[in-house]
Amino acid sequence: MKRQRAINRVLFAIGAVFALLYAFPFFMVLLNSFKEKRAIRNDPLALPDEWLFENYLEAAQKMDYWISLGNSILITVLSVSAIIVVSSMLAYYLARTKTKFSAVTFLILVSSMIVPFQALMIPFVGLFGSLGMLASQPALVFFYVGFGVAMSTFLYHGFIKNIPTELDEAASIDGASAFATFRRIIFPMLNPVTATVAIINALWIWNDYLLPSLVLTQEQRTLPLRTYVFYGTYTSDYGLAMAGLVISIIPIIAFYFLMQKQIIAGVSAGAVK
Amino acid sequence: MARTTAKRIANVKNFAIFGLIPLMIFALVLVTPFIRGIFYTFTDWNGFEYEEFVGFANYEASLADETFWQAIWMTFGYVGASLVLVNLVGFTLALLVTIPMRGANLLRTAFFVPNLIGGVILGLIWQFLFDQALPTISENLSLPIFQENWLLKPETAFWSLVIVTVWQMSGYMMIIYVTGLMSIEKDVLEAALIDGSTGWRTLTQIKIPLMASAFTISLFLTLRNTFMAYDVNLALTGGGPYRSTELISLHVFKEAFGFGFFGTGQSQAVLMFLIIAVAAITQVIISKRTEVQR
Repeated sequence: MKRQRAINRVLFAIGAVFALLYAFPFFMVLLNSFKEKRAIRNDPLALPDEWLFENYLEAAQKMDYWISLGNSILITVLSVSAIIVVSSMLAYYLARTKTKFSAVTFLILVSSMIVPFQALMIPFVGLFGSLGMLASQPALVFFYVGFGVAMSTFLYHGFIKNIPTELDEAASIDGASAFATFRRIIFPMLNPVTATVAIINALWIWNDYLLPSLVLTQEQRTLPLRTYVFYGTYTSDYGLAMAGLVISIIPIIAFYFLMQKQIIAGVSAGAVK
Repeated sequence: MARTTAKRIANVKNFAIFGLIPLMIFALVLVTPFIRGIFYTFTDWNGFEYEEFVGFANYEASLADETFWQAIWMTFGYVGASLVLVNLVGFTLALLVTIPMRGANLLRTAFFVPNLIGGVILGLIWQFLFDQALPTISENLSLPIFQENWLLKPETAFWSLVIVTVWQMSGYMMIIYVTGLMSIEKDVLEAALIDGSTGWRTLTQIKIPLMASAFTISLFLTLRNTFMAYDVNLALTGGGPYRSTELISLHVFKEAFGFGFFGTGQSQAVLMFLIIAVAAITQVIISKRTEVQR
């Protein structure tokens, strides 16, 4: 037992070294975000002689930080809400209807999950460009629903098929309409899946680059797009670029610390199913 | 008879309420461009319109394109290296953070955080590291490794891509392996201990076989995510130096939107889809078979 404890301690120390390695890049970015270019050139590891908080003000201003943050929040919240509504309803229909049509539909949804976006990206731009649906935030939300519905429906479906149909039947005998049954009885029972669906989709949409880069105009840009352009523009002014990276990372880290348990649970539940 | 008709009407009504709108969005956003895309590859499509059918000419042109083959081999190398390293590291981390010790949760957070952040930003962070921070640090401390910018040579640029991928994805796989390790019943492990099984033997003979499904899932996810990788590739190397680290996704993007070759770009995208589909299905079949055998 004593030996086991000693071994554990050694292993834990190894783990701690690994953790420092993992955190090192963030530490470098944070440390150098307070420096000026020359200080970074001389020694990236040294503490700054003078802490340049101005880097942050300048970066926030030059990358229109608050506007891009607002864009990101707006698009993520709207898309995730729409995905939750749409996929829970579709999953309810597919799980409760035992027809060939619903079986085939479900199969198509599941197999669509291995289609990479790149496989349809080029015709996608052609089609929606000609429909005038690019350069619009509501259209981006619509697209996220289209691309997110398969996976989320799959997650809901797995849960709903284990809810006994007697519940639906009892509600319908009591005179509730199909929609009321879903809204009042089924949907509240789906809360654990809804949490998973919300977290998985929120992380994906928040960090997504390719789709919004094809859809949004300059003013509509989300945080990752703006950060990428900003970094490219100020690539010679590293202190400023680092400050830009820090403020673009902060929101998601804050979100993680607020919802740590739910995020870990959601991520593993979403993957395992 | 009357009953089935009534049931059918109820079914259609339910479809209209619950299924119609979601499926229309899905069909319009995902299915339509996908099918159109396959169709276009057999025409002289220029991104907006087509005039005639050209048979397999686009596919022939794609396969004759050397940069495409380079991107394919690059992608295979990248997927292979990442598949092994991400899961090896992810599983090791899972073993480390499941040691009953105070502070294990802190380690878990440190390993998982890179996964929260988008590939583009991760790529930019490491661009700074490889380009600026690491060369200076190595020089100051006279370390032999990183003195030169790794992104400037094809060989090292490839490995920098792999390093960033391992850093990004291993924490995610760790979570899945932790779930797998936790699902093993304590009784089984106690029985093994009583029978005198040692740590290594318990790991290879008992734990790993009992959590085989966690490996299936992690391998599948790594395979899918690395085959489709775009963000890190774009932000870290941009495909450079000299297009040597261009993965399929970035190649397809450049082919169509950079050079305006929509027909070949799209047929290469379709080939990419086929490769991913075959690889994913093969992997799942093999993994399922080993799971059952055990």
